[in-house]
Amino acid sequence: MKARGIPVPRGQVATSVAEAIAAVAPLIESSGNPVVVVKSQIHAGGRGKGRFLEYPELGGVNVVLDGIEGGVEAAKRKVGELAGRMLGSTLVTVQTGPEGKQVNRLYVEQGIDIDRELYVSVVLDRATSRNMVMVSTEGGTEIERVAEETPEKILKAALDPGYGLLDFQARQLAYGLGLEGLALKNGVRFLKALATAAVEMDTDLIEINPLVVTTDGAVMALDGKMGFEANALYRHPEVQDMRDLSEENAAEIEASGYGLSFIKLDGTIGCMVNGAGLAMATMDIIKYVGGEPANFLDVGGGADKDQVAAAFKIITRDPAVKGIFVNIFGGIMKCDTIAQGVVDAVAEVGLDMPLVVRLEGTNVEIGKRILDESGLNIVSAADMKDGAEKILEATSQ
Amino acid sequence: MSVLVDKSTKVIVQGMGKIGRFHTDKAIAYGTQMVGAVHPSRAGQTELYEGETDHSGVPGRPDTYRVEIPIYRTVPEAVAATGATVSVVYVPPPFAADAIMEASTAGLDLIVCVTEGIPVADMVKAKAYLASRRSRLVGPNCPGVITPRECKIGIMPGYIHEAGRVGVVSRSGTLTYEAVHQLTQVGLGQTTAIGIGGDPVNGTDFIDCLRLFNDDPDTEGVIMIGEIGGTAEEEAAAWITANMTKPVAGFIAGTTAPAGKRMGHAGAIISGGKGTAADKISALEAAGVVVAPTPTDMGAAMLQAMSS
Repeated sequence: MKARGIPVPRGQVATSVAEAIAAVAPLIESSGNPVVVVKSQIHAGGRGKGRFLEYPELGGVNVVLDGIEGGVEAAKRKVGELAGRMLGSTLVTVQTGPEGKQVNRLYVEQGIDIDRELYVSVVLDRATSRNMVMVSTEGGTEIERVAEETPEKILKAALDPGYGLLDFQARQLAYGLGLEGLALKNGVRFLKALATAAVEMDTDLIEINPLVVTTDGAVMALDGKMGFEANALYRHPEVQDMRDLSEENAAEIEASGYGLSFIKLDGTIGCMVNGAGLAMATMDIIKYVGGEPANFLDVGGGADKDQVAAAFKIITRDPAVKGIFVNIFGGIMKCDTIAQGVVDAVAEVGLDMPLVVRLEGTNVEIGKRILDESGLNIVSAADMKDGAEKILEATSQ
Repeated sequence: MSVLVDKSTKVIVQGMGKIGRFHTDKAIAYGTQMVGAVHPSRAGQTELYEGETDHSGVPGRPDTYRVEIPIYRTVPEAVAATGATVSVVYVPPPFAADAIMEASTAGLDLIVCVTEGIPVADMVKAKAYLASRRSRLVGPNCPGVITPRECKIGIMPGYIHEAGRVGVVSRSGTLTYEAVHQLTQVGLGQTTAIGIGGDPVNGTDFIDCLRLFNDDPDTEGVIMIGEIGGTAEEEAAAWITANMTKPVAGFIAGTTAPAGKRMGHAGAIISGGKGTAADKISALEAAGVVVAPTPTDMGAAMLQAMSS
């Protein structure tokens, strides 16, 4: 954000206690403010209100006031103590789920004399097919709650794809936020820079919460979140470099390497399907007949034998999976390709669980013959519901 | 009768690569009038397509085909030379939005974009560009449009379709095939099947298609297949309540999808509590749509909607 002219507080990333301590003195000297803030850096929101599993009294964001009376040395001591507890511990926020996320990075930041806390985001609005700038005076709280309880406190302006955020739109939003004088001028500049950044960086979400106005009229992003639009990542290598694979599911990363769309779920029935809609519907029908899907897996419209084999291996590796349901409606993807991929994968990794296959569409007869002649223990299904019932029955025994 | 395309429709191809060639061949075999292609560096050449038609052996229809497709530099040149009214776009994602915008300058009635993975920002631009032009866009990230026995534009398997009485509109490719297959099996067949695509920003939407089918004298009922993400199904439900005179059946995929995860399609994501399958199903049911409880019941749901 800094590189794109969006004002942010000065700060320093720290991955060790020593780095966190070393960051303190330069921050206090350059800002002239004896207060520093130690923030957990994880890819989830709600960190301020989040708590550590290991230290239930400790929040994800901590303001260090010790420097006000004790000077730089006192601030350093406190930061070191906090960093020692936060690093390597597990932070649970409303967005991480109950299992939380391990904190491997901290951000040590200058203290700010906050006058007001506001909210701003740029988000794709599907109803109008435009990016929408949204602002609210209710900074620091979750915007979903504001939208539900007091929707009149959210102001919006649509970004024209040709013109971007126009000056008058930015002014109207800033007036709506009650900004005056220097803060008004800085606010308009901030909103325009943010809208430009959203377009140039192909984000599907930039959320600044809180956006703070300081006592001397500066406007800056105190905390924020950016989501990058997946289809546009190819033109943003700088964003791809920021990807932290350690925070993502290993199987999902492996699947994406094979061009497969895979999402891990909590059930016991693995599924392999062609097409995103059909893959979702397959999960739904497993649930409908009383089972629980272990994953979403779309092998795509033009998958080859190797991709099918990779998909099969990723599914069977999950220890929770008790059986597999392969559901294919062959169009471009031919049934014999799928059948051969399954046979090859089983030959390579073995199969010690029930497998139900439903094939329909292009080359369905050849596909069925390949499965029949493979000598593998494969149950074939007449349609989706039949397949879901059969795999449920086989895995319930 | 049908909507959007029929046997007189002339079609050009933008993006004559491996995928474009494969589907051009399939479309000609189905009986579609493919009349030209656009490729900047191969302009001036022709490509020969020949083989056995899908309806080989059917009385009154040719057993084989032999078609030469001329290649042009630009869409306007191709349209001027061939009289095409429709373009199908197979151009790779980084260049596809530009291809759509170019097509819209040539006065085409319909642009069908199959390409998956176009940056959303590019589609935001393309959609704004198309707003002041007459061309209708279907897609992107869609299987295409088919009027059975007459015209197949896109990547759907032709043989599962049968000319009939039901209009099909869907956000998902393979679920469209599933619905079409069932409609054929229960003897209803299809007037036209339209895949509107799985992207968050697309051209033709559910309401556009419902309106077309409602006005088409030969369409007796409509099945719409939606999925999680956005509010297009809810808006369609409101339109059905206010305007639709024909029976509608439906199916929504993603009842079990977790929030915040993109389920394969760029547009299939529940965000901020919005876009759940449960909301969509209750909105459709409130509009009198017969919603199939499972994808296996789509044909039966259509029969039920048409008999009541």
